[in-house]
Amino acid sequence: MMRYILKRVLIAIPVLIGITMLDYLIMSLAGSPLSMMTGPRVSQAALEARAVQLGLNQPWILQYFTWLGQLLQGNWGYSIRTYQPVLTMISANLGPTLLLMGTSMALGFVIAIPVGVYSATHQYAKGDYAAVTLSFLGTSIPSFFLALILVYVFTVRLGWLPSGGMVTLGGGGGNALDVARHMVMPTLVLTASLAGSNIRYIRSSMLEILRQDYLRTAKAKGIGRYLIINKHAMRNALLPIITVAGMELPMLIGGAVIVEQVFSWPGLGQLTMSAIMSRDYPVIMGVSLLSAVMVVVGNLVTDILYAVVDPTIQLK
Amino acid sequence: MAQPMVLTAGRESRGYFGTVARRFMRHRLGMVSLCFLTVLVLLALFAPLLTPYEPNKLVGKFSEPPSLQHLLGTDQVGRDVLTRLLYATRISLLVGFAATGIATAVGVVLGLVSGYFGGWVDMIIMRFTDMVMSFPYILLVLVAAAIFKPGLWNIILILGFVDWPGVARLVRGNVLSLRETAFVKADIVAGMPTRHTLFSEILPNTIAPILVYATSVVAISILDEAALSFLGMGVQPPTASLGNMLNGAQSLTVLTSKPWLWAPPGVMIVLLVLSINFIGDALRDAVDPRNIR
Repeated sequence: MMRYILKRVLIAIPVLIGITMLDYLIMSLAGSPLSMMTGPRVSQAALEARAVQLGLNQPWILQYFTWLGQLLQGNWGYSIRTYQPVLTMISANLGPTLLLMGTSMALGFVIAIPVGVYSATHQYAKGDYAAVTLSFLGTSIPSFFLALILVYVFTVRLGWLPSGGMVTLGGGGGNALDVARHMVMPTLVLTASLAGSNIRYIRSSMLEILRQDYLRTAKAKGIGRYLIINKHAMRNALLPIITVAGMELPMLIGGAVIVEQVFSWPGLGQLTMSAIMSRDYPVIMGVSLLSAVMVVVGNLVTDILYAVVDPTIQLK
Repeated sequence: MAQPMVLTAGRESRGYFGTVARRFMRHRLGMVSLCFLTVLVLLALFAPLLTPYEPNKLVGKFSEPPSLQHLLGTDQVGRDVLTRLLYATRISLLVGFAATGIATAVGVVLGLVSGYFGGWVDMIIMRFTDMVMSFPYILLVLVAAAIFKPGLWNIILILGFVDWPGVARLVRGNVLSLRETAFVKADIVAGMPTRHTLFSEILPNTIAPILVYATSVVAISILDEAALSFLGMGVQPPTASLGNMLNGAQSLTVLTSKPWLWAPPGVMIVLLVLSINFIGDALRDAVDPRNIR
């Protein structure tokens, strides 16, 4: 097992280098951060001096290796816009995003697993149609539109919930209850789409499993519907559930850009969006690296959990 | 015994596409969605004939509520909302289908090549596919939208070039299994040109799953265009798009007191995407050979 994990981590390194290199290339095509600094009071000479200072006068591949070299020494670089260390900025924004996405993803599964299993075991019944229709609605509604509807209902009409931010500014804000109140709407929006796609995925993989021969055998043995579904079918449905969870893991980092934007949630999505807008290379690279690592970790965790859940899979 | 045999004979004579069409028509939600989408497409196509106004001309007072002259009212600068809605639907459909066309073309070619030739060609293409898939999707779209000047054709190109990896993997998987079939092996033995084997033998046999997958790409592309335009990085005003019509609703006065400005484009996106998704679902059921209904 240890050897397998080590091997996978070693394979992941070139992939990570490839991803970040591609990131850097795309980013440098996007334009220089200096173009955001020009103005009547900035002289050409000052811009050139800054370009030399930031190393922007070099070809992108050299800039990339400079960045990589710094990173290997533990230096994630400094924001071109705020002069803060990138690592500090990311860790300040990571907490809120993890809280928001973690809650939404957990809720997404808590809702989707029972609904998906029910839907599959009652295929073509009324409940199945309702579940399928609702799950399609969840994936078809744009997150920003659902957000607007929720703000309209709960903030404008009913006045129950705050429309944005994470804590109430001024006195009285900042405790857990206050944060929870701010979290309700963004969580609902994210959960709607996550649960929607999860339900469809779990339903179709459960249907696939219910068609298998071993389930017909179990049925023929006469062990009863309850045991068939909850013991024989559910255990095998764990694999596809792990697959979705692994695929969704990277969304912990980058899944809430639009929702964070609409609800001004102070997370990584906001940081990313403003970094992209101001071409803040070091920050964009930091976030990209983090999400690329999450993709690799997600795949690795999925494979390890496979072996844990399914004894027929041997990791080599 | 005689009856089922007659039935199968009947099925055979209909052919593959007849069977698929018949199964599709059994799917009620799919059929309703197909009719609905057809109506929307016609409305969008014939928008210039249906509405007396032009989408970018000022035709009334600012922010007028719905009335007989302006069925959905007018927007902040006095343009007819219904007219803009129809033209915006046009844009959304164009983005959805054009981006899917690009993604499918790229994905099919790369998937065919990768699956058929195998070896190092396969390895390079698949590692590249992995890399593109490893990008956080929205990040890639946003960065790409920041590079190129936002605008209709750039959005189509960006979405097209972001969505292909799924198609490529799907096609590659199908090719791998088709390559082992007797009819493909017979082709190779007979010395048919590779082009013929790839495009006339393998491709037609993998059309069905590609088609099903493509419907979901259309839906995703429409959603992404709307999100980008909503953030101001997509289709630029004055061209109406469903996303940038919603952009104005971020101001609280519009959200609170002028629902005719933001509800119609939002509902239109939901209806478009929902009907496309239902059609895709019906199609999936219809082409699934294990479904004997």
